[in-house]
Amino acid sequence: MSAGSNQPRLDRRAAIKVLLAERGDLLVVTGLGSTTYDAASVADDERNFYLWGAMGGAAMVGLGLAIARPDRPVLVVTGDGDTLMGLGALATVGVQSPPNLAIVVFDNGRYAETGMQPSHTDSAVDLVGVARSCGIDAVFDIVDEAGLAEFARRVQAKERTLFARVAIHADEPPRVLPPRDGVLLKNRFRRAIGVE
Amino acid sequence: MPEPSVSADWRDRIFAPLKAADIRQVGYVPDAGHSRLIELCRADPGIRAVSLTTEEEGIALAAGAWLGGQRSALLMQSSGVGNCINMLSLAKACRFPLTMLVTMRGEWAEFNPWQVAMGSKTQAALELMDVLVYRVEQEADAAETVAAALDIAFNGSLVTAVLLSQRLIGAKRWVK
Repeated sequence: MSAGSNQPRLDRRAAIKVLLAERGDLLVVTGLGSTTYDAASVADDERNFYLWGAMGGAAMVGLGLAIARPDRPVLVVTGDGDTLMGLGALATVGVQSPPNLAIVVFDNGRYAETGMQPSHTDSAVDLVGVARSCGIDAVFDIVDEAGLAEFARRVQAKERTLFARVAIHADEPPRVLPPRDGVLLKNRFRRAIGVE
Repeated sequence: MPEPSVSADWRDRIFAPLKAADIRQVGYVPDAGHSRLIELCRADPGIRAVSLTTEEEGIALAAGAWLGGQRSALLMQSSGVGNCINMLSLAKACRFPLTMLVTMRGEWAEFNPWQVAMGSKTQAALELMDVLVYRVEQEADAAETVAAALDIAFNGSLVTAVLLSQRLIGAKRWVK
């Protein structure tokens, strides 16, 4: 199944609010571009690590963090473009399968940051199928807020590696820009979780 | 942890500095020159050995590990260095510490000319991204160099690489 244009879709800012509403101990990694602005639109939290570059790296940063901190739920929120660039990371995550790692892809089938060019998920590629084939056995295709809220509860449970594709509208809400000094983001994250 | 003896092969002896530096996650793309080290890492309950589909995944893995308070090292062949270049911007922008152990191809008595293009530019490529590079030519220097590279990386929040030369490893034998 591809991300057809007739599919129901969520507003990305509403979606991120549901995911982060009751975050508790949650540690968050965002992909470069829109998902970083999305997370910052809820609140700039020291336990958010925003990627401002390193395209294709979000899932792997989440994996290293989840392995290092098995006591904390780790949520990666990224886009279809970042996921497609590092598709092999889903295979690596499938092999490792840390129970406290969840990956959410906000899929608008577009490269929003660069002018809304269509991505592979707009036509041929089904990321839910990819994630399942990579051995991530708890995979979800989410098109409404109730499904998203249920997913957020599963993230807190830390019972198995989770993957969700969230169908979102291809729009560009006003940018909310968190700090982009990488050293600051790193150090404040580590301080916030007590490892600095 | 296995106790490498003084007379052990250098392939065994470069494991001890990883343990001494408290490396807890080791990302790797398999290489024949690293096969012993990968075995030792996989067998150690204190180390999570993470097989990667491409080397750049290991740069991002190390960043996540450090965010969570763990140290990481990355094993690859010289051809994989080219795959890492953009992802090294993550380490550089945020000053994530990391040591890469790179087995060299394309230099000493190489049979396969396709290895030469990347192998002959491996050090230059790393240095373009401000990675500190140390080469090992002699067996006696291997463990000490790995230990020194780890020290500098984790004392200074820097990326270091140890190039294990093809002469040290022994050229791959194609006709058995």
